[in-house]
Amino acid sequence: MNELVTFINLYLIPGLVIGSIYALGAVGISMIFGILRFAHFAHGDLMTIGGYGVLAAIALIPVNPLFLLPFGIALSIVCALAVDRFFYRPLRDLPTIYTVISSFGVALIFRAAVQLVWSSGNQVFQSGVRKPLVLFDTFRISALHAQAIVLTVVIAIALHLFLTRSKTGRSMRAVSDDPELAAIAGLDTEKVIRWTWIIGAALAATAGVFAGADTSMHPNLGWNLLLPMFAAAILGGIGKPMGAIAGGLIIGVAEETMTYPWFGAEPLISPSYKSAVAFSIMVVLLIFRPQGLFKGRLL
Amino acid sequence: MSALLSVTSLTAGYGGAPIISGIHLDVAENEIAVIIGPNGAGKSTLLKTIFALTKIASGAIAFAGRDIKGLKTAALVPLGISAVPQSRNVFPTLSVEENFDIGTYAAPPPDRAAAFERVIALFPDLRPKLRQPAGELSGGQRQMVAMGRALMSAPKLLLLDEPTAGLSPAYLEKIFDLLLDIRKAGVTILMVEQNAKQALRIADTGHVLVNGENFVSGPGRELLADETVRRSFLGGAG
Amino acid sequence: MDPTGLFFYLVSVLIAGGIYAILCLALNVQWGMGGLFNAGIAGFFAVGAYTSAIVTTAESSRHLGGFGMPIVVGVLAAALLAGIAGAAVARICVRLKSDYLAMASVGIAEILRLIIVNEAWLTNGSLGISGIPRPFGETFTGRQSDLALLGVVWLTVLIVYIICQRLYVSPWGRTLRAIRDNEASAQAVGKNVESFRLQTFVIGCAIMGVAGALSAHFYKSLSPSATEPLLVTFLVWVMLMAGGSGNNRGAILGALTIWFIWSATEIFTNRLPPEWISRSSYIRMLLVGLLLQFVLQRYRSGLLPEKSPRLHGE
Repeated sequence: MNELVTFINLYLIPGLVIGSIYALGAVGISMIFGILRFAHFAHGDLMTIGGYGVLAAIALIPVNPLFLLPFGIALSIVCALAVDRFFYRPLRDLPTIYTVISSFGVALIFRAAVQLVWSSGNQVFQSGVRKPLVLFDTFRISALHAQAIVLTVVIAIALHLFLTRSKTGRSMRAVSDDPELAAIAGLDTEKVIRWTWIIGAALAATAGVFAGADTSMHPNLGWNLLLPMFAAAILGGIGKPMGAIAGGLIIGVAEETMTYPWFGAEPLISPSYKSAVAFSIMVVLLIFRPQGLFKGRLL
Repeated sequence: MSALLSVTSLTAGYGGAPIISGIHLDVAENEIAVIIGPNGAGKSTLLKTIFALTKIASGAIAFAGRDIKGLKTAALVPLGISAVPQSRNVFPTLSVEENFDIGTYAAPPPDRAAAFERVIALFPDLRPKLRQPAGELSGGQRQMVAMGRALMSAPKLLLLDEPTAGLSPAYLEKIFDLLLDIRKAGVTILMVEQNAKQALRIADTGHVLVNGENFVSGPGRELLADETVRRSFLGGAG
Repeated sequence: MDPTGLFFYLVSVLIAGGIYAILCLALNVQWGMGGLFNAGIAGFFAVGAYTSAIVTTAESSRHLGGFGMPIVVGVLAAALLAGIAGAAVARICVRLKSDYLAMASVGIAEILRLIIVNEAWLTNGSLGISGIPRPFGETFTGRQSDLALLGVVWLTVLIVYIICQRLYVSPWGRTLRAIRDNEASAQAVGKNVESFRLQTFVIGCAIMGVAGALSAHFYKSLSPSATEPLLVTFLVWVMLMAGGSGNNRGAILGALTIWFIWSATEIFTNRLPPEWISRSSYIRMLLVGLLLQFVLQRYRSGLLPEKSPRLHGE
């Protein structure tokens, strides 16, 4: 019993938290992959930017970072729309690999800009020890972790409704299914692309704030999360935002629970090799099931 | 009465040498017009050029008396032109109902529910499948979904690229019957067809294209009876 | 700076520039000829550097080996191991769209970095490996050894260039370019596209390993930060894009041009007030990022464009 509680408190819950962060980031990667058809290498750095946006707002208005989320989201959206307009759009008629290269450069631009404005050290949102919530006298979860998990669930539901019920959401799925047919049907592809960036950047910023609040903000925060987010997007199936959320949660939980001492007293996998878990999952997927769990597209 | 669609001296292609050149074509209001011709004659290219999907080198296109050359595809739908491509004509992961719904986005009808009822009435077979992903349907049913989507914007002119390609003879009949129903509903149809004989039987006008140029045009029945057309394009006697 | 100092500064810039030229030639094999995206250059570079360091250093209790072998053996071992690492990644991804290879290559670079940092028995962890010999280390010392190394590095550039040029004009290279420009038609004439891609990627990675080995012998010590993943990978991409992908001479020219600009701005920014020095490196990164965007949009064929007609991308 005690072991189960330890497992839940120290492995499963942190896994769900990091999984939520991956999930929110992977949604954008999956949608961009589905609609614009390229792997967006600057997505992690879009998270970083959102985190720093909130950090800057905290300096002015010292309240709970979650209340300042709109500042981070706004900053991320502006940056995403700007790089799309000035860097990605001019390359849209070329093979998409050029846009991949461009996004690789944008990742560096974002990071350099963050370092220039906020310097390269670690910064925290709130200092001091936060008391965890205790449920049923046994389960411990910090307020931040609870917020991250709950908000991710809320976002997942809202996203599902948006994609299935709204005109814009359905148009996004249509463009993701077949851009040529979408053009024949007279859909406004550029508008769909704009919304893809807005949603992708907003969720990335949210994920960035959770990631920064969980540990600390630093300029490499987002880039370091890119690999598991790519893995989550592939696991969920390219162009399947709900799949990406499931994929993120699975990868997060897998990473954390792999460090549990399943056999004997030693962790199954040394915590320093956590990111190898995501990579291994990615490799297995690429070999055996590149379309992912939920029959996404294979580009 | 002037034509609904009028193509004059149209030359177009994909960058390199033109695929169609000097094409003339008039489509009268509420007729079924069929374009036939051998493979590679530029039939699909002509359709795509009318729908602004290929580059026009020279010539003119007028729709309902208005010059539409240079307009983008997205601007043609609100004017009253819809198109159904030959393959990949549905959004596979969207449900049948959602596919229909997409058809209303570029030119929202005043009453979406009424538009839906009007269109679905033409395709009663699809009623039980409204929630199914369109990609899971048979080829014939997908063709119906595609036509339904195109009709949701209440077009005056419907462009169809080989609507019977790859369908079984039973479905072929069904689609041709449907075309007559659609015409009865007041829609003008311009289509490319591989099954030339059957198509000319229901067509008011037929246009034969060879090597990207007009070969002969005339009423469907006349072309069916024409000896040259029969021998060259309709597979001999019969 | 006095004239001798300036001269030897120039020598060290040329050594590093030569190492970048080798990396750039390697990337040109993968991307310029094969159309394969490698976002993990730093990883293969690091494998080469650590391999050669372990093979050639004197025996040490801090890391595996050293085996005290000649440098030539170290460089060859570096090529072999980096090639094997490349084969592992390529086997997974060659049949998929290039984007997947890009993601997987970032992954392998990250895993290699983790191994280098964590496996202290192998690499001495974050403390790294020191005492790596220079070529002709017994004959030349001090600054003379810089000159010797300069010769070795540029001789290697020449050898790699000749190999790449041979590859480019060979039937093998022509097939490869045909695949790059039109995969479907290459497949239609019966070319085994996957195996060609695999070979391309492995050859490129092996050459990257050689570059890594030379850099280990240049700096004489290695630590995980010596292979700062983004900077190495990224600079090489900018160099190839600016130089002209598909053209081997363009690759060398691009490497030298960008490296000179990079080094020259360093001289300039080092004279800034201390609080600005760290910032200036971010500004330089930002500018290189922007330079890449400029090249991609306006200048895609680079300083020395590929000569044979190029179908894709233009």
